[in-house]
Amino acid sequence: MKHISLTIDGIEVITTPGRTILEAAAEAGIRIPTLCYDPRLEPYGSCRVCLVEVEGQGRGFLPACATPADEDMVVRTDTEKLRGIRRTIIELLLSDHPNDCMTCESAGNCELQDLAYEYGVRKPRFQGEQHHHEAIVDNPIIERDYNKCVLCGRCVRICREVQGVGVYDFANRGFEAVPGTPYNRPLTETPCEFCGQCVSTCPTGAIVSIPSKGKGRSWQVRKVRTTCAYCGCGCQIDLHVRDGRIVDVSSPLMVGPGEGNHCAKGRYGYGFVHHSDRLTTPLVRKEGELVPATWEEALGLVADRISKAVKEQGPDSVAFLASARCTNEENYLFQKLARAVVGTNNVDHCARL
Amino acid sequence: MARIETPADLEQYRLQLREKFGKYQYAVSVCGGTGCRAYDCINVFETLREIIDKKDMSHTVNLRLTGCQGFCEMGPLMFIHKNGIFYVRISPEAVERIVESSILGDEVVEELLYKSPADGRRIVHQQEIPFYNKQRRFLLAMNRDIDPLNIDDYIAKGGYGSLAWALFESSSEEIIDIIERAGLRGRGGAGFPTGRKWRIARQAPSPDGIKYVICNADEGDPGAYMDRSLLEGNPHQVIEGMTIGAYAIGASEGYVYVRHEYPLAVHHLLEALDQAREKGLLGKNILGSGLDFDIKVSVGGGAFVCGEETGLIASIEGKRGMPRPRPPYPANYGLWGRPTNINNVETWQNVPLILQMGADEYAKIGTEKSKGTKIFSLVGKINNTGLVEVPMGITLREIVYEIGGGIPRGKAFKAVQTGGPSGGCIPAHLLDIPVDFERLQEVGSMMGSGGMIVMDENTCMVDIARYFMEFLTHESCGKCVPCRLGTKRMLEILTKICDGQGTNENLEALESLAADIKASSLCALGGTSPNPVLTTLRYFRDEYEEHIVNKRCPAGICQALITLRIDPDTCTGCGACLKICPVEAISGEKKQPHSIDPEVCIRCKLCISRCPKEAIYTE
Ligand SMILES: Cc1cc2nc3c(=O)[nH]c(=O)nc-3n(C[C@H](O)[C@H](O)[C@H](O)COP(=O)(O)O)c2cc1C
Ligand code: SF4
Ligand code: SF4
Repeated sequence: MKHISLTIDGIEVITTPGRTILEAAAEAGIRIPTLCYDPRLEPYGSCRVCLVEVEGQGRGFLPACATPADEDMVVRTDTEKLRGIRRTIIELLLSDHPNDCMTCESAGNCELQDLAYEYGVRKPRFQGEQHHHEAIVDNPIIERDYNKCVLCGRCVRICREVQGVGVYDFANRGFEAVPGTPYNRPLTETPCEFCGQCVSTCPTGAIVSIPSKGKGRSWQVRKVRTTCAYCGCGCQIDLHVRDGRIVDVSSPLMVGPGEGNHCAKGRYGYGFVHHSDRLTTPLVRKEGELVPATWEEALGLVADRISKAVKEQGPDSVAFLASARCTNEENYLFQKLARAVVGTNNVDHCARL
Repeated sequence: MARIETPADLEQYRLQLREKFGKYQYAVSVCGGTGCRAYDCINVFETLREIIDKKDMSHTVNLRLTGCQGFCEMGPLMFIHKNGIFYVRISPEAVERIVESSILGDEVVEELLYKSPADGRRIVHQQEIPFYNKQRRFLLAMNRDIDPLNIDDYIAKGGYGSLAWALFESSSEEIIDIIERAGLRGRGGAGFPTGRKWRIARQAPSPDGIKYVICNADEGDPGAYMDRSLLEGNPHQVIEGMTIGAYAIGASEGYVYVRHEYPLAVHHLLEALDQAREKGLLGKNILGSGLDFDIKVSVGGGAFVCGEETGLIASIEGKRGMPRPRPPYPANYGLWGRPTNINNVETWQNVPLILQMGADEYAKIGTEKSKGTKIFSLVGKINNTGLVEVPMGITLREIVYEIGGGIPRGKAFKAVQTGGPSGGCIPAHLLDIPVDFERLQEVGSMMGSGGMIVMDENTCMVDIARYFMEFLTHESCGKCVPCRLGTKRMLEILTKICDGQGTNENLEALESLAADIKASSLCALGGTSPNPVLTTLRYFRDEYEEHIVNKRCPAGICQALITLRIDPDTCTGCGACLKICPVEAISGEKKQPHSIDPEVCIRCKLCISRCPKEAIYTE
């Protein structure tokens, strides 16, 4: 493949055509701040935080997230002027933001907080009208507090572009613009799947998961990377563990087959882990009662019964039903057991959960 | 004759039409533009028709209800072709006399002629009226002479001749060369060279060969109505221009995006499209050339920002009208992801004109870098409001004082705002600059789509900046941070200053915000939104300082900073003010000087408008 070379902050960067300035810079280890950017989504260019200077461009400032890198481009990402613009943008955002990082669910995991930290904005120069929306709690899973919304459009876009659901869009214009559902219906009256993708992309605390509220912020939890056990896809997830209990699930960006996306089950279906009804040992029915047993005893019983049935009525008297929650490899082994060991083609799986 | 199959057919048809129109003894045009409609010109026209019918003269008088003829201040207007008599402010009752004297005869009805406010002289011919005299109406002239609902009028005047020439005598490349050599630049705001834009769209690869042309008729600038008037008055010239453009760039489909507040323009356009299709001038195999091209009309979503080209495209696609970052430009990646060339109504209308005149002739009009004419809507504190078409390079002074007739009631000129809501305010000492794209930008304003608002000495420049900022804050789509929140914060600061609560730090914040918003907004709405503030700060900084330091509004406009007083020497004690005051702030004996209690007064200024002696003033 052809390569292009450009100069970013004095460093010669070689990249593949089609990459944006932001991506090319990242490849060279240069971090450009962003807010409305999410690698899972199409470029949007709304927050203006990633503006960079490109030599020979009329107006001078271009959004790195949405501008393709080009041969011989000369880009600067961190000039005095750019820092000034970024500061102003952060100040403007904070001038209409409830200053409540103390209790905010997203503190420590908030891109606005990170920007304010990096640019040292404590109190914005500008004061004026602020929004006072009521927090929307119209379902047990997702809470929306649009006072914290920065209008990056990430929720709108992820729901449409990635989920293909399109629950949200913006209503109103200018200062009054706000994302929302059609006619502000409750999420439960929209096609929402409660996948939480919008939660995962929201850079601030405007959209949060209700089940994990108040249960631990990013620095209080241990993140355990694991593979989602719900289906065979193998999405990577991070379990947020506090005091030995899972309090939330997130997905690492651009890692594994899910690339940071996951479905409602992967994200919210962790209640069973600590549930009192959960089986923690095999049970064997004795005199009509299920009693705890060892794996040895339980599997031995299954093997005996299968052998008996096969001997008395032939292999097709037995059927194998596997689970969609097993991996492909496990399901492969399972059908091997049915076909090669027992000798029946009666094998299926519950391709639904 | 139904379909016109060849250029020769077109010529023949034209000759037939000319012969047919030549048979009429008289031709009369009544202006049916939006302004005149507000003055009930329809009633004038209907009365005229009734009288003509009653006299059984409909075969000898060719009556036309035309598009806007520009002199909106003076409507309803009537033009009698055979003798060039031009009447203004006609009432239905006057029509009978006009018919008898000036249509059947050659007599002039004196009191219906335009009266020069300068010397009271009555002027018979349109061209001699100062308002028209300095104009060069290349585009608007047709508005007077054709009925927009009748394609025959346009064809008889040479219409679609440029298209026939383009399709049969010229190549796509040549057309682009001509437009480039003519020096045509976009009339929608930015002044981008049209030929260059066409060339980019022509060269851009399309995944399936489909390309589009779009006519931007969103015209959101408050007070601007030239695009509306062109579309209402002469829709075929837009269609012809777009078809030539489609041929030049290789497009097969066009859209006209009209704002939904323009029902008459939509109606005339749809009618014109039908007639053009019927005649074979649009659709499949146009004039037998093999070119297939058709135009759809998309009615706008109602936001100012939908006039921005990427917002407009999103709107046509059925999405929320919000701009997106460019590049990629529409010429490469436009409507439905295909190369798309988008031009303004006035730009498109220039295209047939250029082919007809030839690039070199056309390029003789205007300045070195700005060619042709530009239509301005001249409004505000000016004697002659209306649509004016002037050659580029004319000075602002000529427009304001000669065409516009100066400032009413002998007031002093203070500033003229050009370029729509986000243009700049140009002060008196710059009145002699030539109007072209570069010069307007140098002084901090812009051409925009041609709004021109004149302000007199009673205008507060801080209040004006606040007013435009309010419009832009309201119209910001909300997508990008600097525009959404920056305009809001600027508006709040300006309001504070107008309310007498401004500080010097506010002024600094205003200036720094303005610079950052300009540099960082996504589209030109935000990018140009600080212009009114920046230019008023540049030229009228003392007014800001008066508001901040001395808590005074020198123009006597900002309510919080003024006191109304009655001059006891002038007041006759007639009591008119006392009666109208809604809060009973005025007291005084009959025939004795009255006075206003500043504690009670809400500064609504109703009393000022009522006082027959002009005894009430602000301070
Ligand atoms: C906020 C905004 C509003 C605009 N509104 C209009 C409009 O109403 N009509 C128009 O022709 N161009 C408008 N434009 C300019 C268009 O984006 C575009 O430049 C123009 O239609 C191109 O045509 P031209 O090259 O013929 O000027 C607007 C631009 C902005 C930023
Ligand atoms: S939970 Fe999923 S489906 Fe529901 S709004 Fe968020 S992204 Fe869309
Ligand atoms: S500059 Fe204003 S109108 Fe343009 S994209 Fe930004 S918010 Fe929208």
